[in-house]
Amino acid sequence: MEQLKTIGRELAMGSQGGFGQSKEFLDLVKSIGEARSKAEEDRIVLSEIDILKRRLLEPDVPKRKMKEYIIRLVYIEMLGHDASFGYIHAVKMTHDDNLLLKRTGYLAVTLFLNEDHDLIILIVNTIQKDLRSDNYLVVCAALNAICRLINEETIPAVLPQVVELLNHQKEAVRKKAIMALHRFHRKSPSSVSHLISNFRKRLCDNDPGVMGATLCPLFDLISEDVNSYKDLVSSFVSILKQVTERRLPKSYDYHSMPAPFIQIKLLKILALLGSGDKNASEIMSMVLGDLFRKCDSSTNIGNAILYECIRCISCILPNPKLLEAAADAISKFLKSDSHNLKYMGIDGLGRLIKISPDIAEQHQLAVIDCLEDPDDTLKRKTFELLYKMTKSSNVEVIVDRMIDYMISINDNHYKTEIASRCVELAEQFAPSNQWFIQIMNKVFEHAGDLVNIKVAHNLMRLIAEGFGEDDDDADSKLRLSAVESYLQLISEPKLPSLFLQVISWVLGEYGTADGKYSASYISGKLCDVADAYSSDETVKGYAVSALMKIYAFEIASGRKVDVLPECQSLIEELLASHSTDLQQRAYELQALLALDARAVETIIPLDASCEDIEVDKELSFLNGYIQQAIESGSQPYISERERLGMFETTDYHSQDHHEVPSHALRFEAYELPKPSVPPQASTELVPVPEPSYYSESHQPISTSLVSERESSEIKLRLDGVKQKWGRPSYQSTTSASSTTQQAPNGTTSHSDAGVGSSSSKPRSSYEPKKPEIDPEKQRLAASLFGGSSSSRTDKKSSSSGHKSAKGTVNKPATIPKEIPTPVQPPPDLLDLGEPTATTISTMDPFKELEGLMDSSSQDGGSTDVMGLYSDTAPVATTTSVDSLLSELSDSSKGNSHTYQSQTSKGPNTKEALEKDALVRQMGVNPTSQNPTLFKDLLG
Amino acid sequence: VNLQHKEEEVKTQRSESSEKPKEKEKSQFEELRSLKMGIRFILMVNKQGQTRLAQYYEWLTLEERRALEGEIVRKCLARNDQQCSFVEHRNYKIVYRRYASLFFMVGVDDDENELAILEFIHLLVETMDKHFGNVCELDIMFHLEKAHFMLEEMVMNGCIVETSKANILSPIQLMDKAH
Repeated sequence: MEQLKTIGRELAMGSQGGFGQSKEFLDLVKSIGEARSKAEEDRIVLSEIDILKRRLLEPDVPKRKMKEYIIRLVYIEMLGHDASFGYIHAVKMTHDDNLLLKRTGYLAVTLFLNEDHDLIILIVNTIQKDLRSDNYLVVCAALNAICRLINEETIPAVLPQVVELLNHQKEAVRKKAIMALHRFHRKSPSSVSHLISNFRKRLCDNDPGVMGATLCPLFDLISEDVNSYKDLVSSFVSILKQVTERRLPKSYDYHSMPAPFIQIKLLKILALLGSGDKNASEIMSMVLGDLFRKCDSSTNIGNAILYECIRCISCILPNPKLLEAAADAISKFLKSDSHNLKYMGIDGLGRLIKISPDIAEQHQLAVIDCLEDPDDTLKRKTFELLYKMTKSSNVEVIVDRMIDYMISINDNHYKTEIASRCVELAEQFAPSNQWFIQIMNKVFEHAGDLVNIKVAHNLMRLIAEGFGEDDDDADSKLRLSAVESYLQLISEPKLPSLFLQVISWVLGEYGTADGKYSASYISGKLCDVADAYSSDETVKGYAVSALMKIYAFEIASGRKVDVLPECQSLIEELLASHSTDLQQRAYELQALLALDARAVETIIPLDASCEDIEVDKELSFLNGYIQQAIESGSQPYISERERLGMFETTDYHSQDHHEVPSHALRFEAYELPKPSVPPQASTELVPVPEPSYYSESHQPISTSLVSERESSEIKLRLDGVKQKWGRPSYQSTTSASSTTQQAPNGTTSHSDAGVGSSSSKPRSSYEPKKPEIDPEKQRLAASLFGGSSSSRTDKKSSSSGHKSAKGTVNKPATIPKEIPTPVQPPPDLLDLGEPTATTISTMDPFKELEGLMDSSSQDGGSTDVMGLYSDTAPVATTTSVDSLLSELSDSSKGNSHTYQSQTSKGPNTKEALEKDALVRQMGVNPTSQNPTLFKDLLG
Repeated sequence: VNLQHKEEEVKTQRSESSEKPKEKEKSQFEELRSLKMGIRFILMVNKQGQTRLAQYYEWLTLEERRALEGEIVRKCLARNDQQCSFVEHRNYKIVYRRYASLFFMVGVDDDENELAILEFIHLLVETMDKHFGNVCELDIMFHLEKAHFMLEEMVMNGCIVETSKANILSPIQLMDKAH
């Protein structure tokens, strides 16, 4: 290190800055790079903003300087600060004749502006001009900008030129033109609807890059309208075949895999085309089978393609052979030590399970391991799988698990999702009413603020209507169990508002119904709720109405009502409430208490929440009263419209018709009267309250309409479920799982030898676990995967059958291939490119040190290097990358290991030294705050 | 008058008012879905959480970007090497990979092939390495625009359009030559 420093200092004597940038820019980068905290970074950026504001105003800023300013503006925005003061300079730079400056300008503009920004209009002209340029790089720069900046209105300004460029002689231009068209299609499909054929044409382009790019728009088009592209199935298949047969140029290879990203895109397209189409599925089955055979499952990219094949197979019409291949690939993923592969395996399982439901069983322990993994990502993926494989036999275990997990997380986004999944599963598969209520309680208790309000209404309706057939006894039991559970929960602190509403409603309706709890007990609890959540008006409203019902039932049944003192004070408090709703409820309650039993019974009949309410929309019972008033000299009612001077002669009836279908309260009605009521109207009896009361009064009808519809949508399907349900006996489950348990492990050890050489260490820790698998886990496995007891036996046999088959298949296939890899030390990718690396390093520093940008020599150097690189690279990368990946996929090896290997690599140290020296001369010191800045990323 | 309906009224009133934003949210979500962007953003962030490069393929305001980057970085930094290289965040899936001090994070749609994106990141790093030689964080900082130019060649409209290193680098080399 000491030596390194001295060399650095010596080298630093020479010049002002490396990389051809100004001292100021270097200082900025240096200080940002060394900033230790966000606050420090912010300070740096704020002072940079000040500096730039001044600099940009200076007259005659040289162009190169301006380019640097623009990059500094990009930095400002990247670090989260506003650089809009400099946007116009970026726009101006797009006009420059110099390609680098122009492209920098375009880059900055695409980073700064969204497509609807006012400044875009200043650029459209430049783009048009650049599209006509003789320099194809200028054309490319403009096409890049088009893909970011052109919006629906500006498409026509550039469209004809873009179409023309589709036939440009340079493949880079054709590629970007097709992507520009793709962008237009996304922004405004109609603008290019007449040009769709171009996409098909470009698929046959001679250049693989253009063909590959064309797959992107075609994927969009096909997913919008599959049937119009069925004729292309065989073309895509043949392209895929050619790619896998290495007909594309070597430069598309990635880690010895021919054009993998193109393969993946093709597979995505084939999945769309083959979905539900027997003919298409058959055409592609050959090439899919080949892929399974050919794909190297020891590299990440090979596995990426395998995974895409699995996805494709899960979409098309299944062919047993392919399904088997897919299942094999999945089991390899699941048995891997890499969490990434496990994740892909679980995902694949979730896709395939729709087609072959048995597939999950042979992997039960792997699935449970993933479920219990501390890694949240893996856990969630596994929950997704469980959600897909839920049936009435395992719903209890799965939903319990989900709820435990839901309680444990803080991420509201996911909490909402998992809560709604729990509700959905509970509604679909609930084995018993009590269980359902319990689950709903838990969901409400822990995620009540996140669930849809409809869920609460559903629950209330369910409790009110009861489940299934007319079994009143069961219904009242259900209600009692709900009441009991709520009375237990109600004293918990901080329950979600929505849950409290449900609780209050249920307690009001059914709290005293069974005679188990006294009215004063229930009403005391309700008062507590209203008291504890005094800021929540909705809850209070529910509580007061519940109180009213409790008292009404008491009065109706002839008992004497003693209003608790706390209730009395609550009522008094609400009588003076600012909320008119609460006030009205309190007055109603007060009035009700004064009525006799017969009247109360008609107002609030017992357990009548499901009864339809007939509403006299005409308010005909008031006719006599009105008649009397008119006769005694009052003015007749004038409708609101007439009062407002709008002389449409719509009478109340037609207006009424408008309102009903909307199913909504007319909010306007509450507000309008105030300003518009003429002074003399205030003396009238009817007008002001009428409209609001009116719309209010027919509300219940729409409600019942809505609720009817809802109930048919989401309804408990309980018929027949209860009988089937039975907890599997422990005896049989353990025996079942112990036999299956051995099986997967046996296979694991086989394929272990295959999957990864370097991973023997972590695996050994896995294997000893085998003999004593947690009985808890076994039980879980049995309850998740063991369906009804009848199917358990065939399951056992089938899984063992799978097992043995797999053992034989896997062993010969994978073992020989893998053996060589283990011994190799993990070399750095770059070591393999040694010769080139050294040339770079010897050339670069010289150039830099001998001062400022001798462009001609640099060019020669760089092209040379490139040439060299491309010659040697393919061979080098293939081997090196394998080992790099095997190292990466072996996740147990930490990064520390990698770092060490970096220092030991020969030629790279030299280069690193030189780079270090170069940077030092700019004043950045690797030993200071941020030494990692120098760390070789691939090292 | 039957007072019972009061209850129901409040229920529907509330459900309707709460349904509106829900619906809006959903439609917005569906809109995003239907865009089928593939790649939504590419970030390079160092271990200290400092952004080194940010490219978004859908428009987010400065504040949204800042918040998103903060959340994602916090999430990814909290994970260890054994765990998956994928994290769910809101409706994005983030595929990330760490090279020395620098995290490469790619935000993708839900139905993207995560492993392929992971390898795409590696391809990007290899490409930068080919150009810079032993690429390090500082190279990207000093040549921010070049790193962006490479990305411009590789990704358009959120789709991977070019994976040949020679094709990706040739315009950049030509530009260098011209200077």
